[in-house]
Amino acid sequence: MGGIGKYIVQRVLLTIPMLFILLTAVFLMLRLMPGDPVLAMLGGRNVSPELIEQRRKEWGLDKPLHVQYLNYLAQVVRFDFGKSSRTGRPVLYELRTRLPATLELAFGGIFFAALFGITTGIWAAVRADKTSDHVVRLFHIGSFAIPIFWLGLMFQMVFAVQLDWLPVAKRVSGIYAYTFQPITRFYFLDAILLRDGKLLLDVFKHWILPAVTLGIALTGFLGRMTRAAMLEVLDADYVTTARSKGLAERVVILKHALRNALIPIVTVMGLQFAILMGGAVLTETVFSWPGIAGFLVRSLDARDWNAIQGTIVFIGVFIATVNLIVDILYSIIDPRVRY
Amino acid sequence: MALLEVKGLTVSYPVAVGLSAFISRRFLVAVDRVSFSLPEGRTLALVGESGCGKSSTGLAVLGLLEHVGGEVLFRGKDVLRLRGKALKEFRRRAQIVFQDPYESLNPKMKVRAIVGEPLRIHGIRGDEGRLRRALDLAGLSPPDYFLEKYPHELSGGERQRVAIAAALILDPELLVLDEPVSNLDVSIKAGIMNLLRDLQEELKLSYLFITHDLADSFFLSHEVAVMYLGVTVEQGETEEVLLHPVHPYTKALLSVAPGSGREKVILSGDVPDPLHPPPGCRFHPRCPAAEKRCVEAPPGEVELSPGHSVRCVKAESPREEP
Repeated sequence: MGGIGKYIVQRVLLTIPMLFILLTAVFLMLRLMPGDPVLAMLGGRNVSPELIEQRRKEWGLDKPLHVQYLNYLAQVVRFDFGKSSRTGRPVLYELRTRLPATLELAFGGIFFAALFGITTGIWAAVRADKTSDHVVRLFHIGSFAIPIFWLGLMFQMVFAVQLDWLPVAKRVSGIYAYTFQPITRFYFLDAILLRDGKLLLDVFKHWILPAVTLGIALTGFLGRMTRAAMLEVLDADYVTTARSKGLAERVVILKHALRNALIPIVTVMGLQFAILMGGAVLTETVFSWPGIAGFLVRSLDARDWNAIQGTIVFIGVFIATVNLIVDILYSIIDPRVRY
Repeated sequence: MALLEVKGLTVSYPVAVGLSAFISRRFLVAVDRVSFSLPEGRTLALVGESGCGKSSTGLAVLGLLEHVGGEVLFRGKDVLRLRGKALKEFRRRAQIVFQDPYESLNPKMKVRAIVGEPLRIHGIRGDEGRLRRALDLAGLSPPDYFLEKYPHELSGGERQRVAIAAALILDPELLVLDEPVSNLDVSIKAGIMNLLRDLQEELKLSYLFITHDLADSFFLSHEVAVMYLGVTVEQGETEEVLLHPVHPYTKALLSVAPGSGREKVILSGDVPDPLHPPPGCRFHPRCPAAEKRCVEAPPGEVELSPGHSVRCVKAESPREEP
């Protein structure tokens, strides 16, 4: 498999200029935006011009734009994204501690999207144009159209407030907030490592609502793609051949049809997973989820330039990585794909 | 007794038009009361243009379609009513080979898995020997060269041989050949046609051979049924039908076959929309010899000589009654 190793190296090298362009664009756009970090931080009231000037000097904002840019690049190539002007901590630290929360939610969203989307998609395709197909398609369109924050709020109202089955928000209950020392910051993993069953249940209860909310929001698109891809292969002669040989219908659908319909399904899931990194903003906000998307929103409010730049590049790296993994999956799913 | 006896076979497809499918479902009748019988070890060719219902007939005979009426008797048992174990047993004895070997082989499976799958489905042991024998029969030798290949690594002719091997591995009695050579180059086509003829002799197979090419049916079949818009218009011994055609449609088809030596009859117009078939004889709008009575009622089947029947009013009485 020398081909695939070479392919991966090529793709990784191609990512570098892409990230460079992304970084430059964000850097310039932020400086075109009204407001700046110093004023945002000190607030608008009675601040002495001397103090403002002093802060500008500290953060290197008094220098000409191209010098600021080159200084920043010099930092970035050493994997230093500077300090957040809002929290005072290094941007990389902020991202590293928030990434597990976002990933835990993103995996949950994709898991439920796959669970609802792929199963209903197959079901609709097998019963194409029957009443159950129409009902499923209506559900897909509905899931696609419902605003995600509204769905999240409804879930909170029903399951947390009215029924009181689940907590409203956050990753763990208040009692754990002071006692629980995270190890990996993946709370599921931490609870298992600490052998704490109660904590695991608590983490699960907090996770399930936002994960299902995200999952339902993604179900529509994935379900429609699955239905379309399955319809195409269900008509193929090799599927009829498999039937004529006496194979059980369930095996025909899962083994002969689904495997051939997987390419578009995996593509959509990869894209959705990548989008979840930045696109879970609304979900993270509604559920007070301490992830990357929430961090980005607060950094934008504070004109926290370093934090915004760092977060966007981080998301860029993530999307590139997921796309690469999807491309590698192609060659595993389909023997005709060779790199 | 005939191996396969088809009586009044009707195949329809639901036509769904958006939301209206909710309210009422309309059906397109693709095959309309077709009957034929296929004796053991023989070949019946179903001939016609695309859309005439010949492929639907083939699939319906194997019990692979919904909305099928009539009877399909395989060794006296109605295939359309088989369920469970009996259906699985039938699947073992009747196989299909499709037109396009690029479509009919699962691209994610190796030849070993494609050809061997029927053995696994029916729980038959001793895979390896049977696998090799099936590939050998289909002219894929040495078998070892092909076993570990994916379909995309093979040529069109080799793929079709793989499809044939997969159909043969269970020692079936009936093969439905759905235009098995239409997608192949002429040189490869000859090889496959010869293979099919040799296999029939060697294994005493019965073929339901679906084709649009009269020359192919002449080469391979003992009997022929010509179909037009879902009905059989003429059927009988191949030589009898092709050398002494009676129905104007058969004559027209034959006249355009290369090297027929007949004066070409070019049919005007297209095949009508099967959702709205013309009244009377379905062929009358395009028939060069159509008369007034052709529009009035569909012609009945007339037996001209034992085994040779035709559906045309001219065969009933040559001239229109005054």
